[in-house]
Amino acid sequence: MTVSKEQMLDSLSLRCGKETAHKLVSARIAVCGLGGLGSNIATALCRAGVGNLHIIDFDKVDISNINRQQYSISQIGMYKTDAMAMNLYEISPFCHVRADTVRLDEINIPKFLSDDDIIIEALDDASAKALLVNTILEKFPFKKLIAASGMAGLGSANDIITRRVTSSLYICGDAKNEVSPSSPLYASRVMLCAAHQAHMALRIICGETQP
Amino acid sequence: MVIINGRETTTPQNSMSEYLSEQGYFFSRIAVEKNGEIVKKSQYDTVYFQDGDIVEIVSFVGGG
Repeated sequence: MTVSKEQMLDSLSLRCGKETAHKLVSARIAVCGLGGLGSNIATALCRAGVGNLHIIDFDKVDISNINRQQYSISQIGMYKTDAMAMNLYEISPFCHVRADTVRLDEINIPKFLSDDDIIIEALDDASAKALLVNTILEKFPFKKLIAASGMAGLGSANDIITRRVTSSLYICGDAKNEVSPSSPLYASRVMLCAAHQAHMALRIICGETQP
Repeated sequence: MVIINGRETTTPQNSMSEYLSEQGYFFSRIAVEKNGEIVKKSQYDTVYFQDGDIVEIVSFVGGG
């Protein structure tokens, strides 16, 4: 079955009203990292009707990702950007997806992220997270940045929260539970954190600045 | 007095860099905001606390 752009838009407007639909369709969001957090964030935002998604990752889908990331067995070996672009197209063929297969660093962050209004940090390495956050706050202090820290293990789901640190920076997670051999990542808890990040982005798009 | 991560505390007399080391932070895993503005890593050695400062030290752990 195929659907037209008008049908998709009508369905979105019917669900959340024309004004909100317009805000969602014109939103520009970057998702940095397409692992357990990013693949779930991009999926949620695409389903919600966000019109412009910029997905960034350097890695390929691996068998060890399937336990929590939004990829299928048949996508193992593909670049995550290609696999996710394919998945997003299946959800909403009219979502404009820009995919960059690149490892973000201090030098290229300003170049790759200049066009996005909301930036979501969904990396896995603690130093890479800090580097992205430091660089964005320094180069683009007025962009909204939604980062994540602490979602590993089987701790309570209720410990995952969204905190507004400053006017531009939000942090989701439990702030302490690091991934380790004794505290691996579980789909449910990573998805909770991803949902917090995606939901905060939707709230910002609709004019709500508080968590 | 200053407010660091929401807690009122006596104004530290040492530099940001010395304070962060003393508190056991790993420099590569943090972001520091002072009065709503990011403190660049290159400035940690030369930035000092002043009464009334509001400081947020965000520490990242791995996983995603």
